[in-house]
Amino acid sequence: MTFQPIKFYQTGTFTVGNRLLDPSQRSVQSHRDRSNAINSGHRACQGCGEALGARYAVDAAMDATNSQLIAANATGCLEVFTTPYPESSWQLPWMHSLFGNAAAIGTGIAAALKAKGRSDVRVIAQGGDGGTTDIGFACLSGMFERNDDVLYICYDNEAYMNTGVQRSSATPPAARTATTMPVGPEPGNAFGQGKYVPAIAMAHDIPYVATASVAYLRDLEAKVKRAMEFRGARYIHIYVPCPLGWGTASHDTIRIARLAHETGLFPLFEAEYGELVSSLPIRKQQPVEEYLKPQRRFAHLFGAKPRADLIAKIQARADTNILKYRQLQREEV
Amino acid sequence: MDKPFAITLDPGSSLANHTGTWRTSRPQYVDRLPPCNGACPSGENIQGWLYHAESGDYEQAWRVLTLDNPLPAVMGRVCYHPCETSCNRGQLDNAVGINSVERFLGDEAIRRGWKFDAPAESSGKKVLIVGAGPSGLSAAYQLARAGHRVEIHEAGPMTGGMMRFGIPKYRLPRDVLAAEVQRILDLGIVLKLNTKVANIETSMRAGEFNAAFLAVGAHIGRRAYIPAGDAAHILDAVSVLRSMEGEEKPKLGRRVVVYGGGNTAIDVARTARRLGATETVIVYRRTREKMPAHDFEVEEALQEGIMIKWLSTIKQADAGSLILEKMALDDTGFPQPTGEFETIAADSLILALGQDVDLSLLNGVSGLEVRDGVVQVASNMMTGHPGIFAGGDMVPSERTVTVGIGHGKKAARHIDAWLRGTTYEPAAKHELAAFNMLHPWYYSDAPKTVRPMLDIIRRQTSFDEVQGGLDQGNALFEARRCLSCGNCFECDNCYGVCPDNAVIKLGPGKRFKFNFDYCKGCGMCANECPCGAIKMIPEEI
Repeated sequence: MTFQPIKFYQTGTFTVGNRLLDPSQRSVQSHRDRSNAINSGHRACQGCGEALGARYAVDAAMDATNSQLIAANATGCLEVFTTPYPESSWQLPWMHSLFGNAAAIGTGIAAALKAKGRSDVRVIAQGGDGGTTDIGFACLSGMFERNDDVLYICYDNEAYMNTGVQRSSATPPAARTATTMPVGPEPGNAFGQGKYVPAIAMAHDIPYVATASVAYLRDLEAKVKRAMEFRGARYIHIYVPCPLGWGTASHDTIRIARLAHETGLFPLFEAEYGELVSSLPIRKQQPVEEYLKPQRRFAHLFGAKPRADLIAKIQARADTNILKYRQLQREEV
Repeated sequence: MDKPFAITLDPGSSLANHTGTWRTSRPQYVDRLPPCNGACPSGENIQGWLYHAESGDYEQAWRVLTLDNPLPAVMGRVCYHPCETSCNRGQLDNAVGINSVERFLGDEAIRRGWKFDAPAESSGKKVLIVGAGPSGLSAAYQLARAGHRVEIHEAGPMTGGMMRFGIPKYRLPRDVLAAEVQRILDLGIVLKLNTKVANIETSMRAGEFNAAFLAVGAHIGRRAYIPAGDAAHILDAVSVLRSMEGEEKPKLGRRVVVYGGGNTAIDVARTARRLGATETVIVYRRTREKMPAHDFEVEEALQEGIMIKWLSTIKQADAGSLILEKMALDDTGFPQPTGEFETIAADSLILALGQDVDLSLLNGVSGLEVRDGVVQVASNMMTGHPGIFAGGDMVPSERTVTVGIGHGKKAARHIDAWLRGTTYEPAAKHELAAFNMLHPWYYSDAPKTVRPMLDIIRRQTSFDEVQGGLDQGNALFEARRCLSCGNCFECDNCYGVCPDNAVIKLGPGKRFKFNFDYCKGCGMCANECPCGAIKMIPEEI
């Protein structure tokens, strides 16, 4: 990781701030003058992971670029809840066009800035998992392939939440959505389908790819900051639980995100030029049941007829991730 | 229209949207009672002073600590730290070494010569304190700081009471005790040594005192009937420990037997070992589990080569030998004689069977109630006689220094109120911060710092202090292991995790407040608060 590990035995570096730390070593979110890129009054649901993840990421990007930042945004929850015309919660220049073209808009802004000689202004493009992994995928892959100077951030809540929880290619196996109902011998979303865009991004050999989570703020901020040190195409995939679509309590958003990492279902890592360069190790590994049980979208795996076979298949996916992305290895300091 | 191309409306901020109206429950910052504070017999605000120690402000930590207890260097050595037993961190790895940090602060204060703040404005009232032990000193300190004129009458030749005459030097070096007592006396307290109060009412009239606090302790060693030969050498533990303070050390011989199972028995056995006894045996009629002495003290005694005979009573004492009878526990857990005897060699027998209170100073005082050899007091520490309060070992209590200091403080508060014609109402206790209210994921692993112990050979032959202290570095480490249960320590978590920016950070030391215009009541702040200082309460709808 690029941030200095600081040992404070009371809280380590796990809390947002720490009064015992020098202000320069504290997280962006702990500062009273953070940019609050998404202002209060937005219409996200109670406990929205995406609203939180987007503020974490964009505040960090603003901090890293001296607030010289332009954002392009795909259609999706993030766009709808922040910007019901003519209101907006955004505290930076922000542009929305279509569901599928956020990456292309980002490319266009970057090209315009280049033409104007404004190398100080940086560009991010962002969208949900639907706008990234399905609808916007062609533009995104093109942006990677051309190595355009854009940081693309995907806020992954594993379905189309804005339109009523329909399956996306980021929806995990066995999850209930409006289009993958928990009926039949293989209830919920099918196994073996979907795509894992972080790996696809790595396959483009772009300068920087990372996964992050709302449960690991300091790690997330360090990754955004690191991404801003590169020129060219960069991709960060942020895990943002959705209380409404997943059927979880609004206060459990961060807990669920933490469990996703601790079970191995959502590995946290960084890759540069197609190579894995670091992993955030799991502090205490948990069985996948701990993650699945609190979510109503997986309720059909438990209950009167528990589906131990499907849980075992999900556990196998987690175990594969842990090995593949070195989630149990201690980081060398 | 001077808007740019294709723009027809002004962009409006979302701030006009008061999303607080969505809320069905609201977060509230609370202060809960940390279990250490709840367990402290002296009522110390432990979490409060650790907070200052964590940032390295040891003087402020010491000042907060000494609001409740003027003897931290003593307490950091002799207290049995029920705070650590109840510490929530004990359920995570090990309890915070509160006692060792307290000692560090006490030693630091002595080293740097920190003094107490000058007393408040004088009240013109006069209080007599009888006894210069922990309870009397604690009351004197609190009353002096409240502005009363205080006079201590002590029967003995030195201050400290059982801290000096009951606790051996290897647990409490006398220079430490002297320094802390002197700092209390420096508040302008009049001390009269070798002044035994024969009758409390007479002394109060003679000195024109408005109130009195009695804390004479329990100094009379309890005897048991043991048939003894003429030449048998039988002593009591309190006298042995007391004579350690004099010029002439007690002569105990090479083989010493101690009878009893409390902390005093352990203290006197370890003292005998240091005086040169080659064989020291503690005889106790029940088992180790039933022994009232604290387990770590038993362990330290065993390490020093002291032997313990469990389930034994002494039937007869003769010159040079004792006859023991073996006991067996019956179904109810009481020891019963077995009729099996053994003889062991002993040059002296020391009885450590408990202590009684010398109540002669109360003769003829009206309204007093004495039960089981101790004075009964009301919840305000006042005896049945108005204006006479009592505390420490002479009232019903667990007889420890910590309890004594707590009694002194409590009595002082009530005496102060009584002298001013009011009553003292203690603030309502906060809800206990139980372990399940915390979010321990946020705390990193950090095992307890082990205090250095003196080499075993020097423990057996000298009165040097057995347990060492912490230094600046590891005291800071230890203080920072505190979880700050139930009390905000400004970790910024609530400020960070709110998806609606509805937490306002007020700046260092000022904590946070909620912006209820925008708080949707999701409860994330309460759920992610490491120390359980936020509570969700339902909105009235």
